[in-house]
Amino acid sequence: MSMTLTEQIITIGMVILGTMITRFLPFLIFPAGKPTPGFVRYLGKVLPAAVFGFLVVYSLKNVNLFSESHGIPELTGVLTVAGLHLWKRQMLLSIAGGTICYMLLVQFVF
Amino acid sequence: MRTGDKKLQKAFKAAFPHTIPIFAGFWFLGMTYGIYMNVSGFGFWYPMLMSLTIFAGSVEFVTVNMLLGAFSPLQALAMTIMINARHLFYGISMLDKYRGNGIKDSYLIFGMCDESFSINYTADIPEGIDRGWFMFFVTALNHFYWFFGATLGGIFGSLIRFNTEGIDFVMTAMFVVILLEQWMKENNHTSTLAGLGISLLCLIAFGPDNFIIPAMLSTLGVLALLRKPLEAGGEGKCQ
Repeated sequence: MSMTLTEQIITIGMVILGTMITRFLPFLIFPAGKPTPGFVRYLGKVLPAAVFGFLVVYSLKNVNLFSESHGIPELTGVLTVAGLHLWKRQMLLSIAGGTICYMLLVQFVF
Repeated sequence: MRTGDKKLQKAFKAAFPHTIPIFAGFWFLGMTYGIYMNVSGFGFWYPMLMSLTIFAGSVEFVTVNMLLGAFSPLQALAMTIMINARHLFYGISMLDKYRGNGIKDSYLIFGMCDESFSINYTADIPEGIDRGWFMFFVTALNHFYWFFGATLGGIFGSLIRFNTEGIDFVMTAMFVVILLEQWMKENNHTSTLAGLGISLLCLIAFGPDNFIIPAMLSTLGVLALLRKPLEAGGEGKCQ
């Protein structure tokens, strides 16, 4: 390891600082006393739906359609989750069912 | 005092089931992270302290690389802000929810990772449950799971022989369920479809390592352009 302990602490400190900036900034820019601008309130309403869409893509970002498995385990897993959820609407069942299905596929089939 | 304890107990009981999928996911991901640090030559106190103080999964994995490379604090700061920029969106969405809970607010904002945000934004908190404490317990439990997994991974990293391949899919599964729940609740799917479509296009165009910032900027741009029609349709209206 090339870094000294102090350098490591500074690096980790920077990562903590960066993370805190992204989490606290909106609350600092738009303080509680003053009315939040209409555009920002609008974003607060419509962004989460878009972000949930983004997070699904984000969690599947490393799927390679041209790899050996062609993303079939991921697609099957997602379809299982969606199918179970539309059928029973039990969050834990959908998540567990899809994950087990995916694990079986990557461990025994592909 | 007793009514106070009851309030906490009720909030905890309501919050815990929402975090069970995170327990499975964080336990595993945290463990993976601890093992990764272990094999990279760091003692278990590294993942232990970092999981406690940073509490942002993807960045913590990247930090391992930073610590192994040359000393460059500004680059570390810039990279962290870039990877975590999505949290700015979460903050904007939580401006109301994460206010008015007293001292808990600071901890809620500190612990606003993808999973805590998703649960606290979408959960239907039952009548009679203290909202502040509910969100506090969701955040604290998630934080604990992550810390617990990372520390265990750091300690026992080299001993594990159970085939866990693929268990990380639990995170994807959870985000799919959250998206479906959102889909069933909303009247207008424009924003959800925009988020999905734009992210996918950016992923194809820029690749998995560089698509986050373009995806967020274009989503922001498209939603800004759609403000008039969406507000007219009642979707983005502020009641």
